[in-house]
Amino acid sequence: MSAVAKSERKPISTGSEWTFELVEAYDREIGAIAEEYGLDTYANQIEIIRSEQMLDAYASVGMPIGYNHWSFGKHFVEAEQNYQRGYMGLAYEIVINSDPCIAYLMEENTMTMQALVIAHACYGHNSFFKGNYLFRTWTDATSIIDYLVFAKQYISRCEERHGVQAVEEVLDSCHALMNYGVDRYKRPYPISAEEERRLQREREEYIQRNLNDLWRTLPKAREIDEASEERFPAEPQENLLYFIEKNAPLLEPWQREIVRIVRKLAQYFYPQRQTQVMNEGWASFWHYTLLNTLYDRGLVTDGFMMEFLTSHTGVLTQLPFDHPAYNGINPYALGFAIYNDLRRMCENPTEEDKQWFPDIAGGNWLEVLHVAMRDFKDESFVLQFLSPQVMRDMKLFGVVDNDKEDTYLISAIHDDGGYREVRDLLSSQYNMGDKEPNIQVVSVDLRGDRSLTLQHNQFSRKPMGASTEEVLKHVYRLWKFPVHLQSQWEGEVKQTFSVPQPVSE
Amino acid sequence: MSYLIDRRENAKNKNMVNRRRFMERYKKHIKRAVEKAVDDRSITDMERGEEVTIPAGDVSEPVFHHGNGGERTVVHPGNREFVAGDRVPRPQGGQGGGAGEGEASDQGEGEDDFVFQLTSDEFMEVLFEDLELPNMSKRHLKGTSSFKYEHAGYSADGTPAKLSVQRTMRASKMRHIALNSRRKRERQALQDALLAAQHAGDEVTLRRIGKALEELEKGIKKVAFLDDTDLRYNLHVQKPVPTSQAVMFCLMDVSGSMDQAIKDMAKRFYLLLYLFLKRHYERTEIVFIRHHTVAKEVDEQEFFYSKETGGTVVSSALKLMQEVMDDRYSPDEWNIYGAQASDGDNWNDDSPICSKILTESILPQVQYFAYVEITKRNHQALWEEYTKLEAAHPEVFAQQHIRSVGDIFPVFRQLFAKRSAA
Repeated sequence: MSAVAKSERKPISTGSEWTFELVEAYDREIGAIAEEYGLDTYANQIEIIRSEQMLDAYASVGMPIGYNHWSFGKHFVEAEQNYQRGYMGLAYEIVINSDPCIAYLMEENTMTMQALVIAHACYGHNSFFKGNYLFRTWTDATSIIDYLVFAKQYISRCEERHGVQAVEEVLDSCHALMNYGVDRYKRPYPISAEEERRLQREREEYIQRNLNDLWRTLPKAREIDEASEERFPAEPQENLLYFIEKNAPLLEPWQREIVRIVRKLAQYFYPQRQTQVMNEGWASFWHYTLLNTLYDRGLVTDGFMMEFLTSHTGVLTQLPFDHPAYNGINPYALGFAIYNDLRRMCENPTEEDKQWFPDIAGGNWLEVLHVAMRDFKDESFVLQFLSPQVMRDMKLFGVVDNDKEDTYLISAIHDDGGYREVRDLLSSQYNMGDKEPNIQVVSVDLRGDRSLTLQHNQFSRKPMGASTEEVLKHVYRLWKFPVHLQSQWEGEVKQTFSVPQPVSE
Repeated sequence: MSYLIDRRENAKNKNMVNRRRFMERYKKHIKRAVEKAVDDRSITDMERGEEVTIPAGDVSEPVFHHGNGGERTVVHPGNREFVAGDRVPRPQGGQGGGAGEGEASDQGEGEDDFVFQLTSDEFMEVLFEDLELPNMSKRHLKGTSSFKYEHAGYSADGTPAKLSVQRTMRASKMRHIALNSRRKRERQALQDALLAAQHAGDEVTLRRIGKALEELEKGIKKVAFLDDTDLRYNLHVQKPVPTSQAVMFCLMDVSGSMDQAIKDMAKRFYLLLYLFLKRHYERTEIVFIRHHTVAKEVDEQEFFYSKETGGTVVSSALKLMQEVMDDRYSPDEWNIYGAQASDGDNWNDDSPICSKILTESILPQVQYFAYVEITKRNHQALWEEYTKLEAAHPEVFAQQHIRSVGDIFPVFRQLFAKRSAA
């Protein structure tokens, strides 16, 4: 069964208890193997914490330092309740995209679990953070901790000066728009706390000056004609928070700075939302590969492998759609299946693989996998690498739910006629544009009531949901003049929302 | 490259501020739940935490999301019998069911209410928020003297059990350095000379130096590893700990007119009072006195549940209270609280006597005396008397009227409301 005869095995440990020496020993061995496989990582900072601290980390979305806000308290209470009642186990690990890469290990874990977590987080996720183009483009791992400290200090200073209530209101509103605080295509400057501090004052002055220009209430007479033709903004803007930060007429400078902080954090988390399948798949593939290599070299026992495989299978199970606990496609399972299949295609290509993936079949699997990690996000990753084999294994099928028809249509299944369509459908499922309503700032009534108009371009006729008006109230709180949202389908306005609601005569 | 850090001893309550803010924001809901709990709960489990339910709409953090409708396509795993082009009936009843629902319901609509547990501390805090004990001046009276051992540095003598190994070894090391440093220096010099002599092959000098070295080594070894003077012991001193203590007198009328319902209300009132005192004093004792025409000190069980009949002489209870106070609870050592509950019935001639006992011997000695009248009828002579008393001693005496269970908590809050003037 194993490459090493029983007598030659020299396991690092045999019991289930961990010690600091053992954790270090495992980390050394796993790290050495990771290097052989060419995984390029940031330095690791492994922190051992208690379960209560894990709950804390949960509530603050894994940020090691967070500003204070009631919503984190809510998440904390929620997690605590679920944990105490046994509805939820704690994740074995949390890992933070920073340099050094911080990974939390829970004290309660057995030695096997710690080794699994080290392989998964410290070498899997870590190399993904360092290698994937989205993370490279959008986040700056070296400065995030400093920036979080800056944000926390800035916000608590605002609380001292302007009161907790006032700060909380701004944060509430910003959080509601957090998903619309990202530049989807432009590359932002990397954030640096030092720079932020230096620039912050400068920015206050600059914005105020520019604003005054924009909102000059007494235009010179000859300018009026041109101005009335002018459209503002000239192009629709997708980054709502950015637009508000720069253009909201009545925000105080500190309020703009808070908008900016939330926007920067949204930007930092944006890549994570777009690469869940890849990131988890990659980390799972590597914990599986690294620990199996440990076993092949006789460094761990059979018992270790049994325990590891039990939790490995637990995490990577994909329930079928008709299972009562089914909750969509498991990103761990899908990602792992695709990476695993890429390796298989390189090592044991079939005729089908050669036809579908001529560049990959029979190639160097390490190179192929690294490319598949580096240059994609979930959407393009699925489109590029989801093979017929994986579709068959997972028995994927597409369902169309059209509200104009009484029944669901099974549009494609895992057969020759359906592979391409299933793949396209699944890919678009990971497109952020399809997931969230596409909303942009289209106009501001500069010379009139200063109202702000947002436009929603419907995707597949999907209308806006029930909380739209609540969110608009938050936009109104920041903009402080009337806010309208028009939901359009094929150029025709289907729904209109306004805050404050127009008084009916 | 990895660093391993043990963070287990770090503060674990990073989210305390956030949790507090969350509670602050939903105070309204929490207060309502606590007040309801006070009315609903059986008397024995007042001290537990409480579950608070907040409607989902109030705690949600809204974001833009898609509503139902339009055309949505979803990929699912685990196909068994479908082929392309199949039509399946739409599952009825909307949320959560089967294929096709997937994305639509994962945010926004159909959320459950937000339910969470208050800890018993938080529960009590909300329960007694804005309340205070009047006349706390004596609060820090020294009670039965208790002592606490405190660390007070190190001493040169003590019992072996208190030996401080670290300090002892440090002292030993110091002694070694002090006594041997000259010899060690000389030894070094001799060793250097020895090497030189070996080099030069000077036998005589070698022998001489060897002898001197031997002497030195002997001297160094003579310095004992541990000496009596090295020993250090942890020193602990006894410190008296002032304890604040209170006694609460519960006086209740158990004559025929007091039915079980009234007694239950009285008990709820006493319980609140007890919990409240317990929060302020390290030690709280209770004396139960029940009375009809004669008064008797009883235990809790008898106080609340035994049945009695007959007329009512309130002064008998007050007299007994005074006796017990004189006997066991000197006002120099105890903070004394009195709470009396009755349905207002009293022997008409007795009420002025009550007033007299209170004024002369009880009120000067207690921190606070509260009277609650639990009745739906009109007030009688006792209430009238007490009204005068309240006017004369507003600082230590108060009375309130309870008609139904719902009044208990508000009345309690009134009796102990913070007095801004005081």
